[in-house]
Amino acid sequence: MSSLPMNRPTALPGFQESDNTAENPGVRAPLVLNMDRFGQVTRQVCQVAESKKPPFAWYAAFTISLGLVGLLGFCVNYLIFTGVGVWGLNNPVMWAFDITNFVFWVGIGHAGTLISAILFLFRQKWRTGINRFAEAMTIFAVICAGLFPGIHVGRVWLAYWLFPIPNQMDMWPQFRSPLLWDVFAVGTYFTVSFVFWFVGMVPDLATLRDRATGRIQQFAYGLFALGWRGSNRHWHRYERAYLLLAALSTPLVLSVHSVVSFDFAVSQVPGWHTTIFPPYFVAGAIFSGFAMVVTLAVPARQLFGLKDLITLRHLDNMNKIILVTGCMVGYAYSMEFFIAWYSGAMYERFAFINRAFGQYWWAYWIMVSCNVITPQLFWFKSIRTSIPIMFALCLVVNIGMWFERFVIIVTSLANDFLPTSWDFFTPTWVDMGTMLGAFGLFGTLFLLFCRYLPMIAIAEVKATMPQANPHWSGYAAHDDHGHAGGSVKPSFASPDALRSPGSGPDGGPSAP
Amino acid sequence: MSRFLFPRWSNAFLPLVILLGAIAPLYVGLFVAYGFSPKTLEAGYMPTQPVPYSHAVHAGKLGMDCRYCHTSVEKASFAAVPATQTCMNCHTQIHRESPKLEKVRSSYETGMPIEWVKVHKLADYAYFNHSAHVVRGVGCVECHGRIDQMTVVYRVAPLSMGWCLECHRNPTDRIRPPSMVTQMAWDQNKEMTQAQRVELQNLNNIHPNDNCSTCHR
Repeated sequence: MSSLPMNRPTALPGFQESDNTAENPGVRAPLVLNMDRFGQVTRQVCQVAESKKPPFAWYAAFTISLGLVGLLGFCVNYLIFTGVGVWGLNNPVMWAFDITNFVFWVGIGHAGTLISAILFLFRQKWRTGINRFAEAMTIFAVICAGLFPGIHVGRVWLAYWLFPIPNQMDMWPQFRSPLLWDVFAVGTYFTVSFVFWFVGMVPDLATLRDRATGRIQQFAYGLFALGWRGSNRHWHRYERAYLLLAALSTPLVLSVHSVVSFDFAVSQVPGWHTTIFPPYFVAGAIFSGFAMVVTLAVPARQLFGLKDLITLRHLDNMNKIILVTGCMVGYAYSMEFFIAWYSGAMYERFAFINRAFGQYWWAYWIMVSCNVITPQLFWFKSIRTSIPIMFALCLVVNIGMWFERFVIIVTSLANDFLPTSWDFFTPTWVDMGTMLGAFGLFGTLFLLFCRYLPMIAIAEVKATMPQANPHWSGYAAHDDHGHAGGSVKPSFASPDALRSPGSGPDGGPSAP
Repeated sequence: MSRFLFPRWSNAFLPLVILLGAIAPLYVGLFVAYGFSPKTLEAGYMPTQPVPYSHAVHAGKLGMDCRYCHTSVEKASFAAVPATQTCMNCHTQIHRESPKLEKVRSSYETGMPIEWVKVHKLADYAYFNHSAHVVRGVGCVECHGRIDQMTVVYRVAPLSMGWCLECHRNPTDRIRPPSMVTQMAWDQNKEMTQAQRVELQNLNNIHPNDNCSTCHR
């Protein structure tokens, strides 16, 4: 088992990492480091929720986030009581920061769904270390996204017109409009993601319930654990439900951002009216989503001592996905230019030349350098496995993907068919405040999640440990199939450690 | 007990929870659809007027034409509420001493109008033109009901957008010859055949719009 080069310190001092990224086709790389007992995993994850006080950095981050939520509340109320004129929108640019933020946040969510659904169906075991908080990230990102269409309608009290509700006006949304499809797509996305996240968390909530010492914690975790006792029947139904939900979520990874892209592609505005939009948006969404997962994972694992569960290998894998999707996004950018030229449509040509060299040239080149050039650095393994560099690069990608949406929306609208109407969008402080506030809302929800819920899928992670295999060499000599008669007694095979989750304070392995 | 599991008696609530979960959305839906509907909230509105004027007496028993008082209804968007002088055309001769007419007489003397309470009030953002409807043969009764039988006027119709659209989308059964608009008891669905109503519709070129800017200008 010890054929892999373990615990090789990385180059940068102060960021000591156990390197489990080496590839040896004969041996599965370990996904859980420095632990050989299931109970250790449980303790490692639960201590975050069980500690009396979170680390100081948590308080600092929470204070900042909550402050930004206050700013968001102020900006949104100011908008509602005054009108959308407080934003910098003008006549040709009728969508700007609002829809940019909406698309940005919806996109962020896609990594969570990809990790929880597609990687699950493809049996990618490394997903277990990151899926829980990636799913949480999805839900919080969709909440942030949902805010913007709600407030951009101007008369917020009529936002329910987005939904087809029978009413005295006999008025229905336009069913031929992608904006309505978007309501359904994002609504479905939120619902399925939330159910998936919650169902996946039930066994871990039961673990937290069993370990809780306070009466309130016991009741709260117990209520949401839905009476989970870890029986074989419970596990059977749970695995079935999880598989079905994964299958339900899988099309959503592709459909949601495709529908979001229809908001633009179905219109006739040059720069929007493009058939490449659905796959291009989906690739961009996964690209930005994984960048956000890394952005969150790096500080979270550092802060809550989860380096042995979210290992360098997890981060390395995610950086590879960022590289692949970054290449796809770069391809889409160049293909847009090619088609603009190849189509011979003068408006299309103008839209793209204007995008790169017009009044928003700086936004376009920020986008290209952040999204196309930056991820190319991930070809180098030393960069993929360097914590500070990957953190910085992922922040850059986040910025780049925000600018991508800004470039698509604003440059296309600001210089459309009628040159007499051309204008320049300048954000107001309310635009800026709302954008920052959404980050605050996201941060607040995420920090609360980290503090009170199991950040890592405890039961699932245990299943990826070699000890979860009943034929593991440590249990007994391989050739006697475990009938060694007690001559080889493994240290962890105490009754305590092998209990199933919910039946004891430390929990046990899942049975996939 | 060291951990919280649902106690056995909580099983009894499970069917109730499922039932509530199934019924609650239905209840909320029906509550909003019917409870918040103008049919519930607006129809039947019957304010007390400053003078106990009876349409049942004037339009019904005496058979006065609506347009004797509501003079502008064929020419303007607004169906004028008559001035006190219109009342006094007759009441200088009839019921001169009636205590019910005290306010009318004092208004006539002082020149201060009577503050009638508006019964059929549309939202400011809805543009409605009486003349457009009356001239084309939408009878008064279609929207106002049997005013000639009302001692105190009240709202029969909800005046909701859906109610307007109902007729705008299918006007055939609700139009009559323009000469009959003020005849409250006259019913085109009894007096005319379907074919005659269609013919009338074509004759008067009635093709109501139902796009937003027809009413929201």
